[in-house]
Amino acid sequence: MNLWQEYRQPSTIFEAIQDLTNAPQPALPIAGGSDLLLDIRQGRHAPVHTLIDLKGIPEMNLIEVRGDHLFIGASVSITQILNNPLTNQHAQALVEACNLIAGPQVRNIATLGGNVAHALPAADGTIALVALTAQAEIASADGLRRMDFVELFLGPGRSAINKACEIITGFYLPLTDENQASCFKRIMRPQGVALPILNCAVWVTRKADVVVDTHISVGPGGPTPFRATQAEDVIRGQAMSEPLLAHALDQLLTQAKFRTSALRATAGYRKHIVQGLFKDTFITAWKRAGK
Amino acid sequence: MKQEITLTVNNKTITLPIKPGETLASLLRLRLHLTGTKIGCDEAECGACTVLVDGEPMMSCIYPAARADGKSIVTIEGLVERVQEVVKLHPLQEAFVQHGSVQCGFCIPGQIMTAYALLKRNPNPTSDEVRYALKDTLCRCAGYPMIERAILAAAHTLRTGEPLPLPKIPDSIHHKDIVGRTHLRPDGIDKVTGKAIFTDDLVFDGMLFAKAKRAMVPHAILKSLDITRAKALDGVAAVLTAEGIPGEPKHGLVIFDWPAIIGVGERIRYVGDTIAIIAAETPEIAEQAAELIEAEFELLPVITNPVQALQDDQPQLHETGNLLKHIKVRKGDMETGFAAADVILEHTFHTQTTDHAFMEPECSIAVPTDDNRMEIYVGSQIPYQDRSQVARALGWDEKRVRIVGQKMGGGFGGKEDIAGQIHAALLANVTQRPVKLLFDRHESLLVHPKRHATQIRVKIGAKTDGRIVAIETELYGDSGAYASLGEKVMTRATTHSAGPYDVEHVRADCYAMYTNNPPSGAFRGFGVTQSAFAIETIIDMLAEELKINPIELRRMNALHVGSITNTGQELTESVGLTECIDRVKDEMLLLTPDPFTPVVDPNTPHLVRSWGFAVAYKNTGLGGGAPDTSNAEIEMFENGTFEIRCSSAEMGQGLVSVMQMVVSEEMEVPPTDVRVLVMDTDLTPNGGPTTASRQTYVTGNASRHAAITLRNALTAFVAEKFDIVPDQIYFKDGFVHANGSKIAYGDLAKEMKRAGQTPRALYAYEAPKTQPLGTGGDMHFAYSFAAQAAQVEVNKITGEVKVLNVIAGNDVGMAVNPLGLQGQVEGGVMMGLGHCLTEEFIVKDGHVVTDYLARYRMPGIMLTPEIKAIIVEHPTAEGPYGAKGVGEICSIPTTPAITNAIYNAVGVRLDRTPVDQEMIARELWDIE
Repeated sequence: MNLWQEYRQPSTIFEAIQDLTNAPQPALPIAGGSDLLLDIRQGRHAPVHTLIDLKGIPEMNLIEVRGDHLFIGASVSITQILNNPLTNQHAQALVEACNLIAGPQVRNIATLGGNVAHALPAADGTIALVALTAQAEIASADGLRRMDFVELFLGPGRSAINKACEIITGFYLPLTDENQASCFKRIMRPQGVALPILNCAVWVTRKADVVVDTHISVGPGGPTPFRATQAEDVIRGQAMSEPLLAHALDQLLTQAKFRTSALRATAGYRKHIVQGLFKDTFITAWKRAGK
Repeated sequence: MKQEITLTVNNKTITLPIKPGETLASLLRLRLHLTGTKIGCDEAECGACTVLVDGEPMMSCIYPAARADGKSIVTIEGLVERVQEVVKLHPLQEAFVQHGSVQCGFCIPGQIMTAYALLKRNPNPTSDEVRYALKDTLCRCAGYPMIERAILAAAHTLRTGEPLPLPKIPDSIHHKDIVGRTHLRPDGIDKVTGKAIFTDDLVFDGMLFAKAKRAMVPHAILKSLDITRAKALDGVAAVLTAEGIPGEPKHGLVIFDWPAIIGVGERIRYVGDTIAIIAAETPEIAEQAAELIEAEFELLPVITNPVQALQDDQPQLHETGNLLKHIKVRKGDMETGFAAADVILEHTFHTQTTDHAFMEPECSIAVPTDDNRMEIYVGSQIPYQDRSQVARALGWDEKRVRIVGQKMGGGFGGKEDIAGQIHAALLANVTQRPVKLLFDRHESLLVHPKRHATQIRVKIGAKTDGRIVAIETELYGDSGAYASLGEKVMTRATTHSAGPYDVEHVRADCYAMYTNNPPSGAFRGFGVTQSAFAIETIIDMLAEELKINPIELRRMNALHVGSITNTGQELTESVGLTECIDRVKDEMLLLTPDPFTPVVDPNTPHLVRSWGFAVAYKNTGLGGGAPDTSNAEIEMFENGTFEIRCSSAEMGQGLVSVMQMVVSEEMEVPPTDVRVLVMDTDLTPNGGPTTASRQTYVTGNASRHAAITLRNALTAFVAEKFDIVPDQIYFKDGFVHANGSKIAYGDLAKEMKRAGQTPRALYAYEAPKTQPLGTGGDMHFAYSFAAQAAQVEVNKITGEVKVLNVIAGNDVGMAVNPLGLQGQVEGGVMMGLGHCLTEEFIVKDGHVVTDYLARYRMPGIMLTPEIKAIIVEHPTAEGPYGAKGVGEICSIPTTPAITNAIYNAVGVRLDRTPVDQEMIARELWDIE
């Protein structure tokens, strides 16, 4: 059977929303398609009648500063995020995450919007966006609205977006000043299923030796993207030190719900390796903020 | 709604109607017949389908064709320039040919297109940038080092306009005019331009598409089967069940135990068993029909491993029981041996199942002919076996079947068994139309035989001075649902299980068992990969126990001329093991004077480096008393060119180069005047299976002797016609010379034709006789030897392992084509590295977990270490110019070299593959 019957390429967000509701059903938005088409082909998603291609919508292909935020359109390719000076300036963690997503050819087509729409709580892009306290922009028949990025996630693979009538159009990230920086790192396991076993993103505001503010996210640390708020509370406003990080790590380990995933990693192993990963990531972000 | 798309492909603008569900790859391949773009996985994992879309490399298998509207596409076919009808290769294409980067060729269009995009963007890339760009463009021949070198060379030429830098590969120390010197593959240019045709690239008029309905339960009795709905579906031409097989219902390479289709009331033994086959007008209809077939199963308890299979209370999977074969090796007396030992060690090891993951999934096309025959277009390692197995199933005389071999996108042992050949033939026979049966990657992973998972217990006894006196091994091999070559593979695992050592007392027992896992069969290394891991690990354990340098320990026990092998064979020549050990050791000491001491990275103290060492040996040829023959036929034509023919398989390893070189050498003509024809059962004589690293030896010899026979015939003809003494006649530069005058080959061919003779010779080469296991004497006619050293960096916190360096020394007798040999060695090391670190074919309760390429990780270019190939050449007298096999030996010692290095770095002993980084971390830390 065919993966789809009809392929629509709207050129505005408005048209895309109209197509979603008016086109022969079932209809689904498609961004890069590197996940969606495989899900359909491999039977994890039912075939659709209409695919609505979001790649060709100019408003969703922008990376630009809007006020005190950086806007990244949901159809922007991973490669574009990697190469853009604005993302490199304001969203290092995201750039580093994007550098590890799939391989170069897939990055040329895959999008952040598609990555997020899958609602995987530990996807590399997701973990980076959590630490960068992103907001998502959603389009529906009622127009555009913004929501906190983490609120998109209801559970593993369950998105708050109603794909039948809504689309994610982009992301807003607070701009960083010279005292702020971020970092993303992950640890892989080379065998078996192709998912990282642990990733971590950190954003910091630094003033001399004091951590003015920080956001820390770790994946997979729970059924929705995990933000280590208890660790952040410990660190915020304190002078940077090894014991401080050790204390924060204790809090992170208390708060995160590491689990055992068959063929990938046990919870115990994750708890063990998060120690080095967290410190590495934090210290890298910290050093960057001091430059 | 748009009905059409307009796109530019290779500078030509075309408008096409939109087709539902069409990907760019399908549009290019099926509608524009640009079949250079390959489908290796259809899941955006392998990169073979990479094309440029508006200058960016994209995987065309997941690119909706409709999105290409208004875009400019470049495919591999678009790189060639035609300057006044002369084809001019792009420097990248030229570099891939010159640097030996091309082996099977299936991935090459994707590699070149990805590299092309890189060089457009970055004309002067570093090695790291090349690797980054090619990260997910997989090559299973693993020509990564040569691919990287080719790209850097092409970049240089594109930047500077200077001639292409060529590889520097030393000639064989035994080289002649042609053999022993670097030679470019005869099929190289076709493979870099996209012109090379693989089976799925073929289209026949009226062709149907087949699909096999798989049981998808690991152990059951098929209770009922209803095909009515499938048959009634529009566009379905035929649905066949077991009753539809006119001939023998079961096939097999050694034992006929594998039903082509399982009938109602019969036993299903693994998830890939077929219960019905369908032919339809389109692949989509065939798939839909398969879903309409209804089956009921009585599920039975699943046998998941060979140890379980041997227990008394288990269900018996075959009439003969679960024991496929108990294999025994006996030498000396174990009691005496162990009594004489000062130290005895014993340990049990486990190796995993792995998949060949050749880049080209299996494809067969059966075409009924007007004269009541059946042609099968397929890439097969054993064309004549395909012929007899297809004929058996059809109930025909085998002469009515013709196998027409196609280019093969890798085999590695995984294309020896029947895949779709019989099914396609059965459907073509009932429909009287051509039928294509293409596996997708998912089906390929589920169905074809794998590498045996093996449990190996080794007990070793030695004197304090290091002399090994006794080795006892016990192996359990998981042969899966059907025999395939399981008995042969496990025999090789068993006979090699005491390593390449001269040991007085040896005993080995192996139980090759049927289970409900996918079948196991041939896979590069043929069982020796498994047993080498066990023996080479315990040798390092012994070295530590005895406080002897592990290289010294190996050296003092190494097989040498005059040794008696474990199977009672006296080695009389061509044992280059000690030289392999010494040269690899010397090379390693140049890099690291104290190689086995851990070195902590001063900046990142959790990173620790060390080296490991391992050796191996591997037979060339079938051995064990099996007649080992190859037939080759040579013909000379009136234009002075030659053709050499043999049915043996070219799967990327380079046999066609060997055949071309041998004839060129013997006939004194340029290689370009020698065409090579392989794998056609009507046109080429039987070369036997392409397995056991045997083809350079047997078909090399057959080609050589065929050429000599032809030369003798030409001599006789010239002698008689011109009344010249034969020993005054000689061959040089395309002429036959005598008495100061000469006649061109082409003219001689015309002369002979006029005289009613055909300048053609067939030679049936028989390798030296071997003896069956257990009878003593020569079990094999030649062995190759190897030593490898691997340097690893282990992350002590996470347990992650990175291989930095591999030095591979291989005694191959004689390097017939040093360039091809380099590719085999580097690729073999990478396959060994994958076996050690990344690859695991996971089956849970008979169900395949790693059923997509995304879940089966073969190493990519990013994991490629620095590989140094050292060629050792102890010629074997009977081999062509002294050559023996290389395809397997180069891959065997890699795993234990790496695991021994890990132990030397962090003190964690691995007794299970693949290496589990979590296990390493657990050994080093207190982890809950």
